Amino acid sequence: MTMKMLTPAFAVQRDTDRCIRCRVCVNQCANEVHYMDEDGWMWVDEDRCVGCQRCGVLCPTHALSITEFPMQFRSNRYWTPSHIREIYAQAQTGGVLLTGMGNPRLYRSFFDHLLLNASQVTNPSIDPLREPMELTTYLGNKDMDKPDQEKPQLRLKVPVMFAAMSYGAVSLNVQKSLAMAAREMGTMWNTGEGGLHADLREYSPNTIVQVASGRFGVNPDYLQAAAAVEIKIGQGAKPGIGGHLPGEKVTPDVAQTRMIPTWSDAISPAPHHDIYSIEDLAQLVETLKVATGYTKPIAVKVAAVHNIAAIASGIVRAGADIVVIDGFRGATGAAPLRIRDNTGIPIEVALAQVHQRLLDEGIRQRASLVVSGGIRSSADVIKAIILGADAVYIGTAALIALGCHMCQCCFTGRCNWGIATTDPHLSKRLNPHLGAEMAANLLRAWEHEIKEMMGGMGINSVDSLRGNRLMLRGIGLERHELELLGVLAAGE
Amino acid sequence: MKVVSSAEYCLGCGLCRIHCAAGHDGYNGSILKAYKRGTPRPRADLIVDQDQSWLNTCQHCPDAPCVNGCITGALQRDERGVVYIEEEICVSCYTCIMVCPYGHILPGEQAVLKCDLCRDRSGQPACVAACPNGALRLVNEGEIA
Repeated sequence: MTMKMLTPAFAVQRDTDRCIRCRVCVNQCANEVHYMDEDGWMWVDEDRCVGCQRCGVLCPTHALSITEFPMQFRSNRYWTPSHIREIYAQAQTGGVLLTGMGNPRLYRSFFDHLLLNASQVTNPSIDPLREPMELTTYLGNKDMDKPDQEKPQLRLKVPVMFAAMSYGAVSLNVQKSLAMAAREMGTMWNTGEGGLHADLREYSPNTIVQVASGRFGVNPDYLQAAAAVEIKIGQGAKPGIGGHLPGEKVTPDVAQTRMIPTWSDAISPAPHHDIYSIEDLAQLVETLKVATGYTKPIAVKVAAVHNIAAIASGIVRAGADIVVIDGFRGATGAAPLRIRDNTGIPIEVALAQVHQRLLDEGIRQRASLVVSGGIRSSADVIKAIILGADAVYIGTAALIALGCHMCQCCFTGRCNWGIATTDPHLSKRLNPHLGAEMAANLLRAWEHEIKEMMGGMGINSVDSLRGNRLMLRGIGLERHELELLGVLAAGE
Repeated sequence: MKVVSSAEYCLGCGLCRIHCAAGHDGYNGSILKAYKRGTPRPRADLIVDQDQSWLNTCQHCPDAPCVNGCITGALQRDERGVVYIEEEICVSCYTCIMVCPYGHILPGEQAVLKCDLCRDRSGQPACVAACPNGALRLVNEGEIA
């Protein structure tokens, strides 16, 4: 062991005037930061703290504050504290740095540089409390080439779905919460690649099942149980990288759902080994359509990467009914930090480019476009729809609604909020009945806000908003960025 | 009417007992006052047994042995079915403690201590309101827990 170079990342400060020694912090910290000694003194081991804030939030007297440890490196705009810390960590371990959640770095967020329009004088705005507002969205192939042939559609009452998060990466209670919320709100939740747990079969009409490179839990029943099937090629947090669910998370229940041996590592290869081209993808899409009797839309999910417009065009031509594009802010339970922080492109430009490309090629109607990766609010949803999306997936936002505090330590399996863990003592911390209520409330709130914003623009149907880029203006963007997004500058 | 505890969702954090103590004895919900200036006296017990935990609290039995056995009539039942103690009348004979089949009544200084479902408080009992995971529910007699 070499010399330790760092102070802890977080400082845990206890106000002894407020602490009542109730030990809620002790029994709630899975990282064992807090402890009481035999003399009744409270101590902290700050080296173990990940900054999840569980103790601070549950402390009944607010005696705890968890802040970043005041370790001030000499100011340097190039060698930032995170660069320095990461080098120390790698010098100690010799390993690839792992992390969780989405890309946190300061890249330009185009959502924050887009402004919505509103009606004034020349056209009336609409009050959503007095007049009907239509948010119902249908996802699927809407091509009229064979009018007698009915094409399967997914019906969403709100154009927001819960993104793929597999059982194993997240606890069953997370999936239960999202499934219940999806049913209540008339939208979809996604199993991720970890199979569909028996307890969740009842939510079938609101379930999208995933077929990913590991093919965990895939069988005819699984495909039949879903409302739609999604082929996952890649995800925004780690494009080009497979998955690795560590063996210690593969409890008997996870193993049964994934159909793999208990406590074995679940490895998803980086590529699908039967898909090396668009033609191969077309075969799998067709296979899944045959397996489900042409009754369910087939989605293909890819990460937003440099050549995304051509890739999306290929995916549509491969027969996908829904194209899902996951931007570089998309989150994950575990990814190599360098990949998460440096790979992929922003979802806003990817979406604008794909939508335009599909329009130009005359195939936009053959597939719906769903985007994900960093949708933080209803404003982001509405901007995505205006840039051409049919619907969005939310993952991080949904987890935050369930209590996630973004400590980015999902990969440790010791999530104090009972989210990214399969430990039964930790996962019980999320009561799915409360979770479902909070997740549904989030969608309800966003639904109201979307209607308000649409009403302000004088638009009463989400269909009239899709790709309606005159409703957006860019602010603080370069000319080429405006052109990529297909929007005018503010004032134009 | 009683508070039922679900071991499935109980985290064993003990916030229920803390808020119980602060909700009684005139502390008016102030945890700091109860624990820093006073004597916290929770009315219920948190049972922690390795894998599981749950709040062990008064059942407010329809035919309550404590009410039947009370020698001064200090233990009473109100119109909602809440079994509570009139502290001024209690002589601390502890008959109730002996007859309670669950051990839910605790010895106190002036009077015995027991759950009164926070009958002086508006809304949910303090423990139910404080539970961070919805593990406690106030149910009516006969309702399945």
